[in-house]
Amino acid sequence: MIEPAIKVTDLGKRYRLGEHIGDYQTLRDSIAKTAKRVFSRLTTSTPTNERKAPPTIWALRDVSFQVGRGEVVGIIGRNGAGKTTLLKVLSRITPPTRGQVELRGEVGSLLEVGTGFHPELSGRENIYLNGAILGMARVDITRKFDEIVEFAEVRKFIDTPVKRYSSGMATRLAFSVAAHMEPEILLVDEVLAVGDLAFQKRCIGKMSQVAEAGRTILFVSHNMQAVRNLCQRTILIEEGRVACDAPTPTTIDQFNELLRTQKVSADTALHHPEHRRGNGSVRFTSVEILNSDEDPSFNFRMNDSIIFRLSFEVFSEVDELKVVVGLRSSLTGDIVTTVRHTVFDRPALAGTVASITVELPEITIRPGQYPLYFWLGDDLTRPFDVVDDLTAPLVVSVGPETSDLGFVAEAPVGYFSIPSRVLSIDL
Amino acid sequence: MQPPEQITVIKAPSRWDFVDFTHLWEYRELLFFLVWRDVKVRYKQTALGVSWAILQPLFSMIVFTIFFGRIAGIESDGIPYPVFSYAALLPWTFFAQGLTQSSGSLVSSANLIRKVYFPRVIIPVSSVLAGVVDFLLAFSLLFILMAYYNVWPNRSIIWLPLLFLLAFSTVLGVGMWLSALYVKYRDVKYIAPFIIQMWLFVTPVIYPASIVTSRLESANFPGWIYGLNPMVGVVEGFRWALLGTQSQPYALIVASGVVSALLLISGLFVFNQMEKSFADVV
Repeated sequence: MIEPAIKVTDLGKRYRLGEHIGDYQTLRDSIAKTAKRVFSRLTTSTPTNERKAPPTIWALRDVSFQVGRGEVVGIIGRNGAGKTTLLKVLSRITPPTRGQVELRGEVGSLLEVGTGFHPELSGRENIYLNGAILGMARVDITRKFDEIVEFAEVRKFIDTPVKRYSSGMATRLAFSVAAHMEPEILLVDEVLAVGDLAFQKRCIGKMSQVAEAGRTILFVSHNMQAVRNLCQRTILIEEGRVACDAPTPTTIDQFNELLRTQKVSADTALHHPEHRRGNGSVRFTSVEILNSDEDPSFNFRMNDSIIFRLSFEVFSEVDELKVVVGLRSSLTGDIVTTVRHTVFDRPALAGTVASITVELPEITIRPGQYPLYFWLGDDLTRPFDVVDDLTAPLVVSVGPETSDLGFVAEAPVGYFSIPSRVLSIDL
Repeated sequence: MQPPEQITVIKAPSRWDFVDFTHLWEYRELLFFLVWRDVKVRYKQTALGVSWAILQPLFSMIVFTIFFGRIAGIESDGIPYPVFSYAALLPWTFFAQGLTQSSGSLVSSANLIRKVYFPRVIIPVSSVLAGVVDFLLAFSLLFILMAYYNVWPNRSIIWLPLLFLLAFSTVLGVGMWLSALYVKYRDVKYIAPFIIQMWLFVTPVIYPASIVTSRLESANFPGWIYGLNPMVGVVEGFRWALLGTQSQPYALIVASGVVSALLLISGLFVFNQMEKSFADVV
């Protein structure tokens, strides 16, 4: 019997909340705490079991699947669902909490292109450095050097420091190095989301070539078109579990269904500071995006009205509560517009549950995709909760048939403000 | 027969895993490229380039000679004070630079750690190794100084590589401790420079070790306990091996060697324990 190339058994990954970027401890505090504990143990005879276990969250849970040799499998799911965590565990960047993974063959992983690129070094030097970081042997890099330079179209600038490259050139070079890795198992995350359209097409072409060469590929992506093109089979990850493992069209249908019934609960993606932040005094318990018939939707046309119904629960007393809904640009990630409303301006006790319904009437924003940003807070302290790009992005199109990024002259660009009104507040 | 296949098994880490050296060896090329990058970037970026490596110990030597050698009149085992202090400043600068670079190395490589797998210990090791180039450059100036002051080494110079190894293992040991702690505790950033500064005063860079050991001996303590500071063995050993001093600091060097080895082993162990969570925390 031929063993599968990738065998994942009951994989689980638990994060301790607070054990993430931007939340560092200090040695000083640790020493002080230990001293205090020792001291209290000496002075009080009863052992104190005050040391509560820190709150934890399972980013991956009971994940099992196998990938055969030469198979190309897609991994899709919402932001914060656990796709990247899965890939990080498979690439050994972070260890699992339980379960086991067996990989048969040389493994290459690509979580980002251009990792370790140094702006002061030349294109040539960066090819070697980046290649080594990606696990390529020096002799292999030398052998493929000309091919890499050719694919990136940077021959003329190969001895120029990368800091003088345009961002497009740097990206092309970075991708080109990555595309010339030849491991038997390739783990790829979202790297096609870079570069200009023409280059993205060439990259997908290159990826298909790699796939045809009989290599095993696990491909994490938001780009449904790319997943459709490359993968026969796709796995949907939802809240850290395998929600669907089926032929690509089936899984994508199920994913779309999931997006329509958008759910954000009080503890969605809490370990994911990119998507969920805040001190937790108040948290969103649900975020609904509705059309004017109050049906869940994420596809809108110009002049439609969009309704946001946001529910939250107060976990520790706050003096006031304001809510912000923002739209980000899918190209730059910048926030392009926000609306801000007060939910209540007097103190609310822990346990209070409230919701607010906000309407953006007859939108006149440029067609395109807008990742959504929701904020809860007051004017003084840190935000209580931020849900950033956790829901499906808002899709605004011109008319019923077209969904392309058509240019509409009257649509505002840059940062703009849009009208909004509060339909109801329920306490 | 199929060619042997590489099988990678990933499991939850157990508490008592120790460093897998054969696994480390597979990543020697990456180590080489990281050292090469650090050296290249350092000399590309600074206006003074290569000369920086020499100027730093040179200026320290000049200041020490004026203030400690001339004004304070500190004795120097019968050797001209400039050579006396420069021979000590060589390993000391290597130590101080290596410690500064390696303690912050993991945090400044955060992006690499979050995106790529490799044995993390490569990062502090590469930042210490990059300092070897500076050390060698600074070393060349010592010969000029020795020729000028007519100080010549004797046979004990053959021990120099071993003494350098002692310096290296000390930097790496302490560097691994600090870099791993830095990932978790960000105040190490402020603690590290302070440690280095204090360490200079308890190491015989400005003064000869003999003034400390003689005090210890007159108080009925063995002189070698001064060698429990591993940099004492390094610095005093450098003077003995290079300048042909009659100090014969064997006991100091042995004591320092033992402490340095303990630092290295415990550093590796702590690093190995903390390594697993780096990608989640850094």
